[in-house]
Amino acid sequence: MSNGKSQEGRGPLMLDNRGVWVYVEQNEGVIEGVSLELLGAGRKLADKLEVPLAGILLGDNVRELAEEIIFYGADEVYVVESPVLKQYRTESYMKGVILLAEKYKPEIFLYGATPNGKDVASAVATDLSTGLTADTTMLDVEVEKRLLEASRPAFGGNIMATILCKKHRPQMATVRPKVMKALERDTARTGRVIEESLEIREEDMRTKVLEIVKDVTKKSLADAHIIVCGGKGMGDERNFGLIHELAGLLGAGVGGTRDVVEAGWLSHDHQIGQTGETVTPKIYFAIGISGAIQHLVGMKNSEIIIAINKDPNAPIFGVSTYGIVGDALEVLPILIKQFKEAFHEKGGEVTHA
Amino acid sequence: MHIVVCVKQVPDTKIIKINPKTNTLDRRSAPAILNPYDAHAVQTAVSIKEAAGGEISVLSMGPPQAVDIIKKSVEIGADRGYLITDRAFAGADTLATSYALSKALDRISKEKPIDLIICGKHAIDGDTGQVGPGIARRLDIPPVTNVIEVSDINKDTRRVKIKRKIINGYELIETEMPCLLTVEKEINDIAYSPLPNMIKAARYTPIIWAVSDLEDVDRTQLGLKGSPTIVGKMFTPPKPEGGHMLDGNADDQAKQIIDILLQNKELFSVN
Ligand SMILES: Cc1cc2nc3c(=O)[nH]c(=O)nc-3n(C[C@H](O)[C@H](O)[C@H](O)COP(=O)(O)OP(=O)(O)OC[C@H]3O[C@@H](n4cnc5c(N)ncnc54)[C@H](O)[C@@H]3O)c2cc1C
Ligand SMILES: Nc1ncnc2c1ncn2[C@@H]1O[C@H](COP(=O)(O)O)[C@@H](O)[C@H]1O
Repeated sequence: MSNGKSQEGRGPLMLDNRGVWVYVEQNEGVIEGVSLELLGAGRKLADKLEVPLAGILLGDNVRELAEEIIFYGADEVYVVESPVLKQYRTESYMKGVILLAEKYKPEIFLYGATPNGKDVASAVATDLSTGLTADTTMLDVEVEKRLLEASRPAFGGNIMATILCKKHRPQMATVRPKVMKALERDTARTGRVIEESLEIREEDMRTKVLEIVKDVTKKSLADAHIIVCGGKGMGDERNFGLIHELAGLLGAGVGGTRDVVEAGWLSHDHQIGQTGETVTPKIYFAIGISGAIQHLVGMKNSEIIIAINKDPNAPIFGVSTYGIVGDALEVLPILIKQFKEAFHEKGGEVTHA
Repeated sequence: MHIVVCVKQVPDTKIIKINPKTNTLDRRSAPAILNPYDAHAVQTAVSIKEAAGGEISVLSMGPPQAVDIIKKSVEIGADRGYLITDRAFAGADTLATSYALSKALDRISKEKPIDLIICGKHAIDGDTGQVGPGIARRLDIPPVTNVIEVSDINKDTRRVKIKRKIINGYELIETEMPCLLTVEKEINDIAYSPLPNMIKAARYTPIIWAVSDLEDVDRTQLGLKGSPTIVGKMFTPPKPEGGHMLDGNADDQAKQIIDILLQNKELFSVN
């Protein structure tokens, strides 16, 4: 490869690619929230770069969703339909996405950081031999060089790293759910739908989906209106019981930091943050939590954040709506008692709305 | 059954230092451990071996010190370990890592055909989860990510049934071997290592390969050179303002929280 300065940013490496793409994940004909959020985020990038924003839609009988994708900000929707695409499988979905990417050559390609979104993106990146940044929480572009700046928390410190992919296209990233904002649905928007067909037969598929089981017993943390989240500052598993008790009274979900999960006080599906759930409840209690960046990215978009920490300099206070500098082991029992009294006085039980 | 588990050595701490010049991890600043997810991957292989018989190899790419995590894997129950280590591998992102590992897997499979490859869901340092699926693509075998149970291995039909975590639940899928799984922590608990394993591990020396020991390697796809992504800049996120601090003693503070809760009564229904 030449190292001449004039070659910088140009050359044989598909740098002529244009357009911002969003992989639209649908499950049983319903578009995932993160895909709508990405259309919102992608819209901004596309406007800056003055290129169209496209949604990529794969499935069986999903064409009618194309309109929705346009209502949420896309100029174009590429649709691949096939009975083989009825359920997500890496093999078939990857083929469809690669077919489109090779034919229409986008410069930026975003995916939701869901199990299936990450799965397809990893496979596609390998086949297209391009860069993929995982679990980003901030997106921007440097317009002049047409560079995607995909940022994510890094290295366990309170630090963000911007990952660049200078010489390969498309520049790809998976993006955490609930950190970007979807646009208002606008039914006046119009756009173009491009259909492509994929030559693929069920007989050639190595993987079969036998059964999909929705876990209805486990109420997802992501749906809770109130979450009481405890950190290592609770001291031990027994004290952590206070978190459960308060949550029980409020009809709230229980969350924990990674340290809490690693200590075994809570199971992994209760972890909130970069490697756990991202949540945006109406009220979020952060109790005995320092506020490491990996935790903050999972909860900072909550509407009201109430933090209790005995260290006045804890970073959690930087994102809290209300802060209490104090000992959680002292404040919580009082809070629990007062809460019982307050609602007892009103003569009733508290049930979750 | 020949199962290969890919294991990575990762720094174990929240106070990892970053080299301000290169914006890369200063690995000397933190003790190195077996990536926790990879420990579960090895344990998964051990359970499969117990049920279906076979042999377990582990493979790691890393600095020479990574022999430690191979020994750790032997302690959990691996039969042998391979370490690929070479300056040419340094600075690899996920694309270059999966390339190097797939070349090592090619050589391992020549010695003994591979039926199953198991990776962790992600490595706790880079935290991407992209290497496993990348390897599967390069070897053109089916990848199955987010595995929470390997429910049925049929050695005759060479098919395997797997539970895979998805949004709001799980799916049961069946695929053919060889395939590549990436496992979640909840797939198992790591058993205490039996004494013979400990003794074996203490004496164990892994097989060590450099790039020159691998075949058909395109060196431009290795290490920093073969990595399309680079760390552009590091920054501390803009400090948010922070809100209102609630004063007084614990009693007053609790009262104020109750008031806030009452202002949001719509979230509860009080009979
Ligand atoms: C790749 C990677 C991914 C990660 N992903 C996540 C993730 O998804 N989620 C996550 O949460 N973390 C994650 N982390 C870990 C994260 O960096 C922090 O280490 C973690 O969030 C800290 O948890 P903590 O706040 O409970 O504990 P600590 O940081 O130990 O904080 C405890 C806090 O409690 C306070 N405290 C102590 N005693 C009391 C008391 N009696 N009353 C009140 N306050 C008290 C202390 O002042 C302190 O601020 C990740 C790290 C890495 C490297
Ligand atoms: N250097 C490496 N050596 C061996 N296995 C690795 C290496 N890097 C990643 N892996 C495997 O790929 C998984 C995912 O890693 P990552 O994509 O970096 O999050 C890990 O859990 C390992 O199983």
